Amino acid sequence: MSDHEYTPKSKLGKWFNDRLPLLTLSNHLQEYPTPKNLNYWWTFGGILTFCLITQIVTGLILAMHYVASADLAFGSVEHIMRDVNYGWLMRYVHANGASMFFLAVYIHIFRSLYYGSYKSPREVIWIIGMIIYFLMMATAFMGYVLPWGQMSFWGATVITNLFSAIPFVGESVTNWLWGGYAVDNPTLTRFYSLHYLFPFLIFGLVILHIWALHVPGNNNPIGIDIKKPSKDTVPFHPYIVIKDLFALLIFLIVFAFFVFYSPNILGHADNYIEANPLVTPAHIVPEWYLLPFYAILRSIPDKLFGVIAMFAAIFVLVILPWLDTSKVRSAIFRPLYKQFYWFLVADVLILGYVGAMPAEGLYLLVARVATAYYFLHFLVILPVLGAKEKTLDIPLSLTEPILGGSPNEAMVKKNKEI
Amino acid sequence: MEEDKKTNRRDFIFTASYALGAVGVGAAVWPLIDQMNPDASVKALASTEVDVSGVERGQSITVLWRGKPVFIRRRTEEEIAKAKDVKLEDLPHPETDEERAKNPEWLVMLGVCTHLGCVPLGDKGEYGGWFCPCHGSHYDTSGRIRKGPAPTNMEVPKYEFVNSNTIKIG
Repeated sequence: MSDHEYTPKSKLGKWFNDRLPLLTLSNHLQEYPTPKNLNYWWTFGGILTFCLITQIVTGLILAMHYVASADLAFGSVEHIMRDVNYGWLMRYVHANGASMFFLAVYIHIFRSLYYGSYKSPREVIWIIGMIIYFLMMATAFMGYVLPWGQMSFWGATVITNLFSAIPFVGESVTNWLWGGYAVDNPTLTRFYSLHYLFPFLIFGLVILHIWALHVPGNNNPIGIDIKKPSKDTVPFHPYIVIKDLFALLIFLIVFAFFVFYSPNILGHADNYIEANPLVTPAHIVPEWYLLPFYAILRSIPDKLFGVIAMFAAIFVLVILPWLDTSKVRSAIFRPLYKQFYWFLVADVLILGYVGAMPAEGLYLLVARVATAYYFLHFLVILPVLGAKEKTLDIPLSLTEPILGGSPNEAMVKKNKEI
Repeated sequence: MEEDKKTNRRDFIFTASYALGAVGVGAAVWPLIDQMNPDASVKALASTEVDVSGVERGQSITVLWRGKPVFIRRRTEEEIAKAKDVKLEDLPHPETDEERAKNPEWLVMLGVCTHLGCVPLGDKGEYGGWFCPCHGSHYDTSGRIRKGPAPTNMEVPKYEFVNSNTIKIG
């Protein structure tokens, strides 16, 4: 991947590297040529890696104290909160960490949508990313069930009941998922097992995601192909590493605010009531990061089609590289797409809002319009824009708009002197 | 070229090996999948007996059967009349009240909304029966779906009166 052959300096290094080229990999990661115009929206990949590792480490610790049993789970979580040294910190970091993880992943996804990072030749990076996103939702959902509070129990009931919409085999499938005739102890223990497994699957997929990224290299705000390495690139280390670390620091301030000043603001009070299969809470709401999909589910008056629409909302994202037919990547050069992009952002935020509200009256109407627009954006607007939109002229290189002409050492120097 | 297209012994061996391999993998995977199905201890709790001697007319009790709530309601004459008075054409899931309550005084059904499994609230909703707070399904005094996203009526489990005071569910 690096254009030059790497040889370790020390004799031992050379001996080892000939047998397992780990040092070559490490060198590649340092030298990896990165577009020099990457803005702060590009720092979320690093932030997400941090989030994943944080969740795995805190989760590992929580697993040392948590008991996966319908009778003991709720008590063991309170035990973690009250008795275990720094247990409260581990749990609050883990619970809020999930929200921070999703916050970062949504920014990461919307950055990709704005700058067209999913387009050729980066479709595989995008699809792997979508699989990661789907696994994240599954992991977060199962993790939310583990404390065995009222929201845990009824959230699990509602979501697993989605599968009962499948014609003919729906009931057998849900009984199989539950290991019984309702959400109960067998459901809790299998969710615990899978909740432990999935982060490592995600970890593996993240490696593939980065590997696939390093084949064509990063997209950039201008969205053009650049020559690598060239005057348009900088080595990943130290330039991007430092920028990523600075962004991470800012991100951690937000993270710490939630953990230390409002650790329960993103949760629901109902989840501090132990699960009771006889009483459904008056208002079941999933965690905020699932709300747009929940709104789509509820906006369709038919059970089966509601479930299909919800899964379709994720699936249109997977096939996005083929729905958006425009050859120009960055929204900077797509005046119409840029506007529709912000409509989509507003649409998803509206879906999230109505997903948290009762499904009746005006909220239901708004949810239906927003759901229709969501699909309209991907299935109609994007293909039409690809054919009809008049895009602006794109520059030939990153430096061209500033210096005119191709990247040129002398020109850069001159510019600096001025 | 002609020779290549003919099915020969080797093709037969390949196909037979793949087929046998697929059967073997399937047989090995099945226990991994089936272990998630309801186990013997869950199935063993298949029936439960409920003493209903204390239930007055117009009252209901909720009991747990197979991890699910069961509503047992001793209906008033008014409720029974209301349930019988409905035309079948008006029902999304047509069932007569007689089919659902063999003894019209007693309505026994799973207290599980057929939409996404919440427990509906009693004496609520536009039809005087049950109302599911999760996604707004309305049920009548016979537990039949009348309005909202739920596709079917609340399920009537297998049950029988062991004697006049005891109901056996399951």
